[in-house]
Amino acid sequence: MAKEAAYVPNILRQGRWVPWLYLGPALVLMSVFILYPGLNTLYLSFRNQNGSDWAYTTCLAGQPCWGIFENYRYALTSSIMRTAFANNLKWILFMVSGTVLLGLLIATLADRVRYEALAKAIIFMPMAISFVGAGVIWKFVYDYGSSQVQIGLLNALITALGGRPVSWLTEPQINTLALIVVGIWMWTGFCMTVLSAAIKGVPTELLEAARVDGANEWTVFWKIRVPLILPTIAVVITTMIINVLKIFDLVYVMTGGNYGTEVIAYRLYIEMYTSYNTGRAAAIAMVLTVVIIPAIIFNIRRFRAQEAMR
Amino acid sequence: MTLERFKRWLGSLPVHVVLLGLCFIWLLPTLGLLVTSFRPFQDVNETGWWQVFDPPKGAREYKQFCAACHGDHGNALPNADLSNPELVQRYRRSFTLMAALSQEINGQPHLGETPLPNENQAALIATYLRRLSGIEVRPRFTLDNYIDAIVGYRGTRNYRTDCAEGVQSVDLYCDWRDLGNPRGMGRALLNSLIVTIPATILPILVAAFAAYAFSWMEFPGRQWLFALLVGVQIVPLQMALIPVSRLYAQLGLNGTFPGIWMFHTGFGLPYAIFLTRNFMGSLPRELFESAFLDGASHWTVFTRLAIPLTVPAIASLAIFQFLWVWNDLLVALVFLGGTKPVLTYQISNLVTSLGGGWHLLTAAAFISMILPMIVFFAFQRYFIRGLLAGSIKG
Repeated sequence: MAKEAAYVPNILRQGRWVPWLYLGPALVLMSVFILYPGLNTLYLSFRNQNGSDWAYTTCLAGQPCWGIFENYRYALTSSIMRTAFANNLKWILFMVSGTVLLGLLIATLADRVRYEALAKAIIFMPMAISFVGAGVIWKFVYDYGSSQVQIGLLNALITALGGRPVSWLTEPQINTLALIVVGIWMWTGFCMTVLSAAIKGVPTELLEAARVDGANEWTVFWKIRVPLILPTIAVVITTMIINVLKIFDLVYVMTGGNYGTEVIAYRLYIEMYTSYNTGRAAAIAMVLTVVIIPAIIFNIRRFRAQEAMR
Repeated sequence: MTLERFKRWLGSLPVHVVLLGLCFIWLLPTLGLLVTSFRPFQDVNETGWWQVFDPPKGAREYKQFCAACHGDHGNALPNADLSNPELVQRYRRSFTLMAALSQEINGQPHLGETPLPNENQAALIATYLRRLSGIEVRPRFTLDNYIDAIVGYRGTRNYRTDCAEGVQSVDLYCDWRDLGNPRGMGRALLNSLIVTIPATILPILVAAFAAYAFSWMEFPGRQWLFALLVGVQIVPLQMALIPVSRLYAQLGLNGTFPGIWMFHTGFGLPYAIFLTRNFMGSLPRELFESAFLDGASHWTVFTRLAIPLTVPAIASLAIFQFLWVWNDLLVALVFLGGTKPVLTYQISNLVTSLGGGWHLLTAAAFISMILPMIVFFAFQRYFIRGLLAGSIKG
């Protein structure tokens, strides 16, 4: 971009304040809604429940205390938050691998059929639905009837095959996985779309050359396609991790965080609007942000690299 | 078909099977929602949605025990017409039916050679008779669930029946005013539109100005400011909830539309500016130079040249922001809550308040999905372009 400046006609340099007039509304709004809240949340995370005093005043005698970082002690070590972290880790592990692998599979398969557009539209469709809508759709699939009649698809299938119905959303361990399946259903379309664009960018001559040399499809896929789209896969994985960390609606609608399905973003909401503890909520928000910082840096680096190529 | 072609077809078969199988699995849950939303509520809890075309409950037992004499429609015997509600009314319970069946008719057992049905079967036959005679008529598909969801009906039957008998609950008027019932989806749909439309237009408008400055103006700090913007795109909005809701409480903006418009605008901006600037900045340079040389001002170039040429990017952005705001629950929950319920809020409330009210839930969910689905299928191309242009916001 630096070299562009040399070409800029004189008029562009006139009126030093003109650019700020154009930028003004955006900068003001972003300051109020992103910059100020960021700093304020940082400050509040060192304060007590309602922000009236420093956090160390909430320490109880004879119990571990992190002084001014007391809220962070809660956010990082309390048992309920540990459950949330463990669940978020599960989400990241299963949902990211699930969506990326399925997305890659579907993108590769769809590339070889004539009804590609239709198949991709079907897989992509859940992206248009809200988490709340998806929550209702899947709560119905998971429905568990205590009587003989199962109106939930999954339990009906299991009973038809002679198994015993499962209460998918209240059974510990199973329920988080059941929620993750919904997440995979919603986000595979995103991974598929981005990966599909990358796959189509792989030069066909390269693939043909490998095939002529006698490589089978499996080798072509793993030895040529995947390495070539590896940068895109990295971007997709980063984006998915960020998305997963922010998961809130699904848990809120499907289980209400009960039966051990807590996640970080859900805890934050509960601390804020059920327990009315802004200090703890702010500390959780900061933890969430800090976890995402590497991704922010990664994004800026990638952007710089792209700009350099323009 | 030659052997060669057959072999090729066989080779590609696994691809089709896997792909079509996945598409089927992907569609199935939504199909279930759609079918259920059109079924009468009595049926929803009685049979699975995939059994929607099965014969009604008790039809098999009726056929087995009664159809031979009474006929398929129950009206074969003029002196024992089972399609007559008055007659069936007397046998609507299984034990009265059993009593009737165990009595002799003209000195013969009622059922002749056939053994009597057991308790269960009798109950099923009674159910079927009620349906046959019109005492309990219900169609296979109905729009009642949608009506009930829109007006916020919460009774045990349905809105139309209650209103016809004049026994509706106190918050219903049984006229057009019910469309505005705060518990209904009709009101929520309106609120969602009021939230979404300005929250889509505002960030695009503000972003267009900023993107123009980033693309075609010189000012100190341009590069690092834009790099910062790229990073800020993925800051979780959870971080801003607490300070902003405290700020809003002081300004009296909690529970108001302007409050939520501004929040969505603020958080939508980084991505909006990023996308618009990438597009605007890649427009042909000569175009702008010749305009400036002709003496055009920035304002003229912006409104006459930059904006019209950036329409494709703006379209992507509009769809993205629209879907994002429309589908959002968290921001609506925090800044509007129950004072001005939007669709997502109303549905999440329905889920917690009526666990098993699937007929209402499915209809409500579908109401909230119609608009985004239309937008998605109509503008899929733009949506995907926006997706590929940058990372995901939120």
